[in-house]
Amino acid sequence: MANSTATAGPLRNRTAEAFLHNPALGPLGALVVAIVVFSVTTSTFLTVDNLSLVVQQSLVVATLALGQTLIVLTSGIDLANAAIMVLGTMLFARLVTEGSSPVLALVVGFVVCAALGGVSGGLVTWLNLPPFIVTLGMLTVVLAAGRLYSQGNSWPVTDPVLGLLGEGGYLFGQVRVTHGMTLAVVMFALVWYALTQTSWGKHVYALGNDPEAARLTGIHVGRTRFSVYLIAGVIYAFAAWQALGRIPNADPNAFQTGNLDSITAVVIGGTSLFGGRGSVLGTVVGALIVAVLRSGLTQAGIDSLYQDVATGVLVIAAVAFDQLARRRSR
Amino acid sequence: MSRSSTLTACLVTTALLGTAGCTATKSGSDSGGDSSGPVKIGLVTKTDTNPYFVKLRESAKAHAATKDAEVIAVAGKFDGDNEGQVAAIENLVQQGVKGILITPSNSTGILGALKQAKDKGVLVIALDTETDPKEAVDATYATNNVTAGELQGKYIKATLGQTPPRLLLMDGTPGGTVDEQRHRGFLQGMGLKDGDPAILGAAPTNGDQNKAQAAMENLLQRDASVNAVYTLNEPAARGAVAALTAKGLAGKVAVGSIDGGCQGVADVKAGKYLATVMQFPKKMAEQGVDAVVAFSKDGTKPSGFQDTGAQLITDKPLPGLDSKDTAWGAQNCWG
Amino acid sequence: MSTPALQARGLVKRYGRVTALDGADFDLYAGEVLAVVGDNGAGKSSLIKALSGALVPDDGTILLDGAETRFHSPLDARRAGIETVHQTLALAPAMDIAANLFLGRELRRPGPLGGVLRLLDKPAMRRQAQEQLDALGIETVQHIGQIVETLSGGQRQAVAVARAAMFGSRMVIMDEPTAALGVKESRLVLDLIRRIRDRGLPVVLISHDMPQVFELADRIHIHRLGRRAAVVRPGDASMSQVVSLMTGALRIGEDGAPPDVSGAE
Repeated sequence: MANSTATAGPLRNRTAEAFLHNPALGPLGALVVAIVVFSVTTSTFLTVDNLSLVVQQSLVVATLALGQTLIVLTSGIDLANAAIMVLGTMLFARLVTEGSSPVLALVVGFVVCAALGGVSGGLVTWLNLPPFIVTLGMLTVVLAAGRLYSQGNSWPVTDPVLGLLGEGGYLFGQVRVTHGMTLAVVMFALVWYALTQTSWGKHVYALGNDPEAARLTGIHVGRTRFSVYLIAGVIYAFAAWQALGRIPNADPNAFQTGNLDSITAVVIGGTSLFGGRGSVLGTVVGALIVAVLRSGLTQAGIDSLYQDVATGVLVIAAVAFDQLARRRSR
Repeated sequence: MSRSSTLTACLVTTALLGTAGCTATKSGSDSGGDSSGPVKIGLVTKTDTNPYFVKLRESAKAHAATKDAEVIAVAGKFDGDNEGQVAAIENLVQQGVKGILITPSNSTGILGALKQAKDKGVLVIALDTETDPKEAVDATYATNNVTAGELQGKYIKATLGQTPPRLLLMDGTPGGTVDEQRHRGFLQGMGLKDGDPAILGAAPTNGDQNKAQAAMENLLQRDASVNAVYTLNEPAARGAVAALTAKGLAGKVAVGSIDGGCQGVADVKAGKYLATVMQFPKKMAEQGVDAVVAFSKDGTKPSGFQDTGAQLITDKPLPGLDSKDTAWGAQNCWG
Repeated sequence: MSTPALQARGLVKRYGRVTALDGADFDLYAGEVLAVVGDNGAGKSSLIKALSGALVPDDGTILLDGAETRFHSPLDARRAGIETVHQTLALAPAMDIAANLFLGRELRRPGPLGGVLRLLDKPAMRRQAQEQLDALGIETVQHIGQIVETLSGGQRQAVAVARAAMFGSRMVIMDEPTAALGVKESRLVLDLIRRIRDRGLPVVLISHDMPQVFELADRIHIHRLGRRAAVVRPGDASMSQVVSLMTGALRIGEDGAPPDVSGAE
């Protein structure tokens, strides 16, 4: 079948195949271009403290997007992730305010977030309900639960353990590195490892690709899918902790668009909403691109309405690029 | 697969570290070096969509243009988007603005970012909404919302005269500062307290017309003997009036509101509700811009709470209450 | 006569009022290609599913090398060395060839890396995958790291067949392996089936393509109305006779035992 390569054009084919192997390459290029453009057009973007800020600004959405990536890889979607996270922040904050120890509050918050992820996963896996519908329902329920539990107030956080991830030190005396940044690096590395270096990861990709094929090859499709939602729930709890590190205030009205923001990061990062294709690395890049655009455009003196336009255009471009690359490789 | 992923990981690291490394020297020199060119002012509103904030933004931009200043307008995505506002403040500070005018989404959610901005020598002024504590900003230019609520309350009370009030309250967002202040002011004006049996019911509307309509419909199902309605803002008033009209109660119930949007003034003129209390976002924006320009020239800082005023607008003036008619309102309204 | 590698007697499967298997028998001997033919709805796929563990029959027995066995899931059948190449191929299109060959049966590194950290042994999987393709003479793919969706239909079929041959120790079932392929690619796949048979692994071939069946099969199992209607050797019957047996226009033996079975000894 050597002739099939010849007809497609060897170089073109190879480039397209490179993108197939690593869908993060395109977004990575876009990120580099954005950084270069803002570095040239503004005098304030390309500074050590600004780059550190950009990373800090992207942390919460990036962490939400990490869980979202797992679910999208199984050809699911999670509309409830930010609501689960917000409930997590409420639990952390209110429990500590009412006198429980911060560690206990964290444990409770993590268990609740994981359980909520598990509920979504269970409904999707064993009742065979569409993820969109399940998580839409969860979104509404969890949002209301958060508002009820918050009693309509926002809960300020002063506890050092809950605010830990916003603390940090300086690398080389100049680059501000928060514990939240370190934690995010560790989490992304772990999930990257699990997805690419273990059987579980292969099974996640395979079931997102074609669940029936995965079942026929003997993969425990149900168990794997459920585990993905459960793990995503735990990741959302980490996002809640990150959020309190960033803004020490648990607000039931916060992150109303967090679910869509995380999907944006996932999609810009080159992960396919049809499942089975994508990478954690792409998601990191996707989240950074959004933060870089926001930061760079603000510093270029461009109002936020146009920033949204830029982000929207990028989402569409990312999906179009994904489709083109795949078509070319055929 | 693993090899190419590793390669990509290296590229990202190089990109981020590399850029950071080669500009380490740049970060110091830029921090204070923008004395030339127009004065840069950051404006952070709650959202981009509400006409009130649009007025605030346009007024600030227009006024800045006359003062050789430039306004960069950034907004949260929704009311309550602390994360978005914090990022906006950080990015504006990074950009080197002299001052930041902000309508905080949540009175406590953005304190850390505001403090950082102040520490870097940026003048921070709250517009429209106070922070908690008030000292988190240098100064606040806003409507005194207690007064605004009180004006509505007094007018409704005067309209009812001797009739004992049977009241429904269309509140805003639970926990919101503005919501709480207007609500409190209104009850003061009426001479009532929370929990008074004259209050037949209350519902949160988030200042949204649809929610207000649904809330009012539901409250009326329970008890339609209402004779007065408090609304947090004009969209809530429109929603409430729509529900009242459907019940055949239009014109029989005294409805008041707060805002002073052009549509609200037109509503009052058309008799949909009796009165509204006008706010002056233009004044807030202009005074804010003036303050930052002055600060950039000689370092003078404003302080404290500056009331930008609240004006009762109605075509049915009542004795003892200072009011302007809707013609005046139409000239001074926003949106 | 040797014991059949796999034998089924009196398999029954009912779905409500529909009877998919109505006392079906089946025999497969070592080293043969057995074609299974039948009209649509004759119960071919139910038979194959019962043999590959995808359905559990209501009644009847399955014997492996003469010993009775029960399959509760496809995994049971796979553990018994029965591999199936499904018509859909059951490949993950976005994954590469090596990953697909080992899908669901990945190799882990020896020692704590594999045991504790669950680290995959990608080099070993690639090496073994390449060896398997070489052994089967599949030379059309460029490299083992190629993404499956970039392959042609025939190449994909070859990957699926290679996977079945790699793990199948008792038999390989192939469901319409050439249905979606052109003439040239079909030829490659048929060669592959012969090579597998020549290695001693029996192959069950489900096909509608009569010329192909007559070319490749050592025996032909004709399925009709949920049971085995006849077994013939390609040399003993014509294509039109087989078609007549499939449609019921021609019947063999009142007792249901086709005379050819004795002739096949």
